[in-house]
Amino acid sequence: MTGRGTVKRMSVAVRLQHAFVRIGVLPLLLIVAIIAFNALSEHFLTKDNLLNVARQSTYLAIVAMGQMLALLTGGFDLSVGKNVAITSVVGAMVMANLALAYPAATGKALAGGMLAGVAAGTLLGVVNGIGVALFEVSPFIMTLGTASISFGIALTLTSGVPVYGMPDAFGSIFGVGRLLNIPAPVYVTAALVAIMYVVLVWTRMGRYFYAIGGNLKASVLSGISTRFYLFMAYVLCGLLSAIAGIMLTARLETGEANIGASLPLDSIAACVIGGVSLRGGTGRLGNVVLGAIFIGLIQNGMDLAHIQSYLQEVVIGILLIFAVIADGLRQRLLLRLKD
Amino acid sequence: MASVAIGETARPAASTAGVVPLLKAEKLSKHFPGVTALDKVDFDLRPGEVHVLFGENGAGKSTLVQILAGVHQPSAGNIEFRGRPVVLESVHHARILGISAVFQEFSLVPTLTVEENLFLGAEPTRHGLLDQAQIRQRARAVLDELGFPLKRQRIVQYLSRAEQQMLEIAKAFRTDLSVLILDEPTASLTDREVDRLFALIDQTKRRGAGVIYITHRMNEIRRVGDRITVLRDGHYVATLDVAEASEERLLQLMTGRVISQVFPEIRYDPGAPLLEARNLTSRSGSVLDVSITVRAGEIVGLAGLVGCGKSELGRACFGIEPAASGRIVFDGRDVTGAGPRAMLDQGVFYLPPDRRTEGLVMQRSVRENVSLPWLAEPPFGRFGLLNRGGERSKVRELARRLNLRPMNIEREVERFSGGSQQKVLLAKGLGRPIRLFVLDEPTVGVDVGTRVAIYEFIRDLCQAGAGVLLISSDLPEILHLTNRAYVMYRGRLSGELEGEAITQDSVLRYFFEAPTA
Repeated sequence: MTGRGTVKRMSVAVRLQHAFVRIGVLPLLLIVAIIAFNALSEHFLTKDNLLNVARQSTYLAIVAMGQMLALLTGGFDLSVGKNVAITSVVGAMVMANLALAYPAATGKALAGGMLAGVAAGTLLGVVNGIGVALFEVSPFIMTLGTASISFGIALTLTSGVPVYGMPDAFGSIFGVGRLLNIPAPVYVTAALVAIMYVVLVWTRMGRYFYAIGGNLKASVLSGISTRFYLFMAYVLCGLLSAIAGIMLTARLETGEANIGASLPLDSIAACVIGGVSLRGGTGRLGNVVLGAIFIGLIQNGMDLAHIQSYLQEVVIGILLIFAVIADGLRQRLLLRLKD
Repeated sequence: MASVAIGETARPAASTAGVVPLLKAEKLSKHFPGVTALDKVDFDLRPGEVHVLFGENGAGKSTLVQILAGVHQPSAGNIEFRGRPVVLESVHHARILGISAVFQEFSLVPTLTVEENLFLGAEPTRHGLLDQAQIRQRARAVLDELGFPLKRQRIVQYLSRAEQQMLEIAKAFRTDLSVLILDEPTASLTDREVDRLFALIDQTKRRGAGVIYITHRMNEIRRVGDRITVLRDGHYVATLDVAEASEERLLQLMTGRVISQVFPEIRYDPGAPLLEARNLTSRSGSVLDVSITVRAGEIVGLAGLVGCGKSELGRACFGIEPAASGRIVFDGRDVTGAGPRAMLDQGVFYLPPDRRTEGLVMQRSVRENVSLPWLAEPPFGRFGLLNRGGERSKVRELARRLNLRPMNIEREVERFSGGSQQKVLLAKGLGRPIRLFVLDEPTVGVDVGTRVAIYEFIRDLCQAGAGVLLISSDLPEILHLTNRAYVMYRGRLSGELEGEAITQDSVLRYFFEAPTA
């Protein structure tokens, strides 16, 4: 920031500004939330409840990581919620049918259903990627359109009725299963976080996501195939959303077309609260995961404090707007603190 | 030739003591984050004169007129309008006072019509509703008076650049005009439109208004200018009468030093041809039937006015300006139609003229920017993954070589000064062995110190055996760095000069002349 000599003479206010610019708004929000909910409910800071928060946050964390990729390239994906829905419906239907046809081969039914579901969600990502990267449709219209398309298909397939008939093992392993008392979805999420870390920090593709969102023209001049990587951002976003969709289906033990409605908003909120710029080019994976956990924490805390779910929507909306305002303030401070 | 110190005041123009200046600026300064764009500059504009602002790119001309037009607020200094101190709060405020500016960047709304743009922000109303009849009538009056052939109902995005320029000028004449600011107004006008513009300027002068006129073109200074103020690196240098300003003196005031202090001695050792463009015509029509050759171990200049096609020719050589006909040959191989990736892999590096829009990913670190084109190969990549350690040490080495200040490769590029940003951009071309550098305006908007460092860098490249195509609007760069130079005029090659023959006169002659073929 500035030279060491001047750091010593900085006032408290300036030092707070520097801290704010460096770490963003999230740590502040986390501390406030933990203190507030701890005061509201004695159950909040217990081990069981925190494990509960971790499990509840996993689905959002996975989707938010996908959303982060789209945001990094300067776009976003509004179809993540309906992606989860179509994944759930397709996965459940294939799994139930396989289980019916081959009652003895539970493992094959599980694998087949999960693969089919993930394939459906990834295909949605492929369509988004083709539209945005190849035909240069704005991500807003493209993903809004595919959201409507996939929701319609999911409703048509199920006639709006939940899909039953999946093997019990599916839910008991991937939904409520535990190993060393830690819920299965937490392991899946941890593995995905690790893979994402490698992709973003140690591969060319990750670096290019940042570069394309930061300056598309400079990326072209640097010899990057910007279309391909833009396409890949949406494909991977679709893949991650689909994995979240399968995990959620296992948790619910039914295939549902009506799940995931709040995911577009929540995942963008998790990213933005975690410091991902809506203009693309900046954002850290760790902070996005923290952002998702923060939203999980808020929802859990409000549940414990008996705040009804309708009001929770209000709170999430306010937090999102607040985070964007804080981010804008941070950008301005960053420029001012430059000299 | 003697060096000219910054701040030297030349003899003032023919005494018009007692006349209150229309506009007067005293000790005007403007600081942007990391840069001082303007440092205690004095300026005055008298009624009925055309006052030319002269200086290199980044000398502060644009910043000065932007302050006088209310775009920016000065960091320090005073402005007087008709003898009274004013604070120009906004463009709107300046316009109310009668100060109107026509910048190179137009402030038109492309989706609205000519007349809607003409009165944007000052629409006449009746009972709170738009008064369409009055808008129509007044738009017709303004356009007729100026003699511009613009249709009132045309949508602005379908107008040519020249027509949009006319509309910008017409906007300035919408209200009573005291001060008209024109920033390179003839860049996109045809000769006939230029004549009309100059007639308009004369008319404006006769009404007692003043004109501030930014241009690089000597013949325009002679034609319309009364006085010239020269700026350099954000400082005031001198004000002189057009009559007493020879080209030589102006260029000396503009660069401000003995030439040998700025430009290094370069040993040229031209080898085999590296890059050849053969009868190249670009699809956009900005390059027409151009053939050039760049050999290893030489610096070839490419000069010409803004918009003459020299930039596009450079882009075509890097595969980003599609060719309609002709070929591009690199090292004996036909590379016509190859894209940036293929050109980089062959050993061609292109440095774009605008580092913010095309060169750098501003919010990422120096390290990530420098390595961006090279991540697939050692030392930056390994087994399909990034080699972050190798990347860090290589980028650090390059940053040291270019003497980056501050020496911190993890800092975001946007937090460096313009000069340091330019060094980062150059460092991108050192990540892998490069045999040909296409440098488009490599010193735009950098201070003199960085400029010298960049020239030495270019010398080192050339003496190490690389070929350099130096595209520049800065005449001294062409004169003192190159051993051969091409000049372009309206898309075509108008001249080629070599060695001693590269003089100011010879280059400038080709600037304004159609090829004599």
